Amino acid sequence: MPEDLNWAIGGEAGDGIDSTGKIFAQALSRAGRHVFTSKDFASRIRGGYTAYKIRTSVDRVESVVDRLDILIALTERTIHENEDELHEGSVIIYDGERSTMQDVEVPEGTHAMTVPLKSLAEDAGGAIMRNVVALGAACEVANFPIENLDEALAKRFSDKGEAIVENNEKAARLGQEYVAENYDLDTDYDLETTDNDYVLLNGDEAIGMGAIAAGCRFYSGYPITPATDVMEYLTGRIEDYGGAVIQAEDELSAVNMALGAARAGARSMTATSGPGIDLMTETFGLVATTETPLVICDVMRSGPSTGMPTKQEQGDLNMVLYGGHGEIPRFVVAPTTVAECFWKTVEAFNLAEQYQTPVFLVSDLALAVTEQTFPPEAFDMDEIEIKRGNVVDEDEIDSWLDEQGRFQPHFPTADGVSPRAFPGTTDGAHMTTGLEHDSLGRRTEEEEVRVEQVDKRNRKVETAKENEDWDYREFGDPDADTLVVSWGSNEGAMREALELLDENGHDVRFISVPYLFPRPDLGDEVEAAEDVIVVECNATGQFADVLEHDVLERVDRINKYTGVRYKADELAEDVAAAITGDADDTQEVEAE
Amino acid sequence: MSSDVRFTDFKSDKQPTWCPGCGDFGTMNGMMKALAETGNDPDNTFVVAGIGCSGKIGTYMHSYALHGVHGRALPVGVGVKLANPDLEVMVAGGDGDGFSIGAGHFVHAVRRNVDVTYVVMDNRIYGLTKGQFSPTSREDFETSTSPEGPQMPPVNPLALALSAGGTFIAQSFASDAKRHTEIVKEAIEHPGFGFVNVFSPCVTFNDVDTYDYFRGAIVDAEDEEHDPTDFDAARDLILDRDREYQGVLYRDSDSVTYEEAHGLTANMADIPDGAPEDAMDLVREFY
Repeated sequence: MPEDLNWAIGGEAGDGIDSTGKIFAQALSRAGRHVFTSKDFASRIRGGYTAYKIRTSVDRVESVVDRLDILIALTERTIHENEDELHEGSVIIYDGERSTMQDVEVPEGTHAMTVPLKSLAEDAGGAIMRNVVALGAACEVANFPIENLDEALAKRFSDKGEAIVENNEKAARLGQEYVAENYDLDTDYDLETTDNDYVLLNGDEAIGMGAIAAGCRFYSGYPITPATDVMEYLTGRIEDYGGAVIQAEDELSAVNMALGAARAGARSMTATSGPGIDLMTETFGLVATTETPLVICDVMRSGPSTGMPTKQEQGDLNMVLYGGHGEIPRFVVAPTTVAECFWKTVEAFNLAEQYQTPVFLVSDLALAVTEQTFPPEAFDMDEIEIKRGNVVDEDEIDSWLDEQGRFQPHFPTADGVSPRAFPGTTDGAHMTTGLEHDSLGRRTEEEEVRVEQVDKRNRKVETAKENEDWDYREFGDPDADTLVVSWGSNEGAMREALELLDENGHDVRFISVPYLFPRPDLGDEVEAAEDVIVVECNATGQFADVLEHDVLERVDRINKYTGVRYKADELAEDVAAAITGDADDTQEVEAE
Repeated sequence: MSSDVRFTDFKSDKQPTWCPGCGDFGTMNGMMKALAETGNDPDNTFVVAGIGCSGKIGTYMHSYALHGVHGRALPVGVGVKLANPDLEVMVAGGDGDGFSIGAGHFVHAVRRNVDVTYVVMDNRIYGLTKGQFSPTSREDFETSTSPEGPQMPPVNPLALALSAGGTFIAQSFASDAKRHTEIVKEAIEHPGFGFVNVFSPCVTFNDVDTYDYFRGAIVDAEDEEHDPTDFDAARDLILDRDREYQGVLYRDSDSVTYEEAHGLTANMADIPDGAPEDAMDLVREFY
């Protein structure tokens, strides 16, 4: 466990909690300290309890913990909400002059530190700066040189003019001086600084930055917590690269616009959360059967229905693995850290175009709202390679025309990947449709063609399984008897948990799985372990189900997907073949 | 773009399976002629089709085309056009596709004013599912799902478009080939969202809104010396439900497209083979 300090500011939504917390997080990051933030918030604009929490250390921090050392409480409720996290020696900074906080009682053992936030802010130039006064007070408590705040204050307020920046600097110092003069606490908090340079960003921003880096030029979406930050990040930035963000009228439109842009040849994406994914499900099959490269990002939140929109859950796994009627070949990729949100986005675009398949990029609220520090090299843009797959231009198109000179967008190649001609390419005109189609993209119900096209689409997944890495990330003791498996944002917390478990004598091997489909085969790992534990933020254990399914002894399978029902004599023949011979042959029987 | 493109170049070698006499034949022919006469060719044209009898148009035409999900043709067309403004984008669908399941998209596509052409083959019936009432069916139109008629007023798509800030609102009749072609041509040439509602009779399931009915009822706005740039005059014609108007009913000569307003000119398909050169600036923003 890193030597850390846990800090928070809490109050009512509308109190500027978020921006104040962000200023302190940025100050810490600029001072060369690692930061990991989290938010308690409600889905409302004003009122209700909200808090911004920071865990900081000179070492990397990967998780939040259940401990709070310094709390700035703008409301009494903030103290009650965090009672369990406060401990002997925690410092609670609040404005004892505030009418609602004059009779506040702090938990036993904690230090109550009343600071006249509002009056001091007024002395500095305006009551609005009371949160900044509190930041100054916190700097004094934490032995954090106050100069570190200045840069973050300048970043936040410079567009409002130099005077405002100066007033804020003054407000912070008044808070600091007040504490220095009036309190002499024997706390040993000491926020040392380093020369390291870190960047501070959250998972949604990492996804947005990854998209631009990967050549995404078209984003259409509909605002929804906690995915909106992706859209807001891209707005005002993607335009610099010749791209556009479109706010659609709903998620049905958003995913179809993105599909249209992808048909035109753009790297294209949409991002949403559970309720939006429900709507977009309508179009999953169209994306897959028209073989359109599209990145669909689901930043998961608590469901079902409207659920708890500002709370964490990994409840959409079954949805992204299986959502949509019919059988839909797809890839499902789930970043496990904020930095991985960036890299998996880049990878998602490459997978989408190389295999002309929808790619689900599955993040979660915990990743979306966590701001975490990284050395800038963690996002080394030189490492990015754009793989566009089998795009054919005017010179290459001849080899993909049929005898009548017609382009074949769904030609059943050996690896399943067909040629792709962007509109505007001479002699490339072709149609495609959500109806089952032939290699020309025209509707068909012929059994042979149907089977050929289903097989070719599924073959792309098989090709990808062979050609791409579907590795897991591994931590802890590789020889331990206990195997913990997880996916998504739990990785950070579990990594730190390993250290705590180790201190208590528990050896654990931890596998974090970023690829949910195709996914790594964990058969051997499960076999080698005595206990297998799957950790996930949902009630029913959706990934646990998947893992149990994967390690099952396989059943023989007889499948038919020509569009014609089973007939008794045919079925008897197929079952007999499965009993006596190679079950794989049954597929051939149907395809004939 | 070659100058010698003929309208038959837009015809695929697939024979339409529309019922003989279906209005969609005439609608499609006019679209192909209009495309050819406005200097387009199949390789720079993208047709997006909805679901329903009309949705089959993508198969019978030769161009880049996508036949998508019921009701969502307009968002697809908007996505295609914004990603590559050099393409000629034509979206086609039926009255169910556009004014029922896709009504929400219709209103917003009109507002957005992206430079696409939207042709609705309005037959006032659900044909492909064998005869249920549609959003433009008459209040007393008896069908298998409305034995006494829908008992609701039909949608007025032109009024919807006008109230949503439409910049080009027109109506045509599939069997008046000359006027239909002219009107679609104007829609293509209009900078912005060109909306043409086409009376495209269903000869199998609609015995009310027939060719004969339209022939008798249609009033050509041109003959009435209607000035399509006069908003008030356009409103009066559009809200007059006692007559069936054909022609360009409203045109905003100051139309500014979404692409223009947002400075979108690039073909978004063109990207470098690595991250953009100055991409590390994006990282440094997070200091």
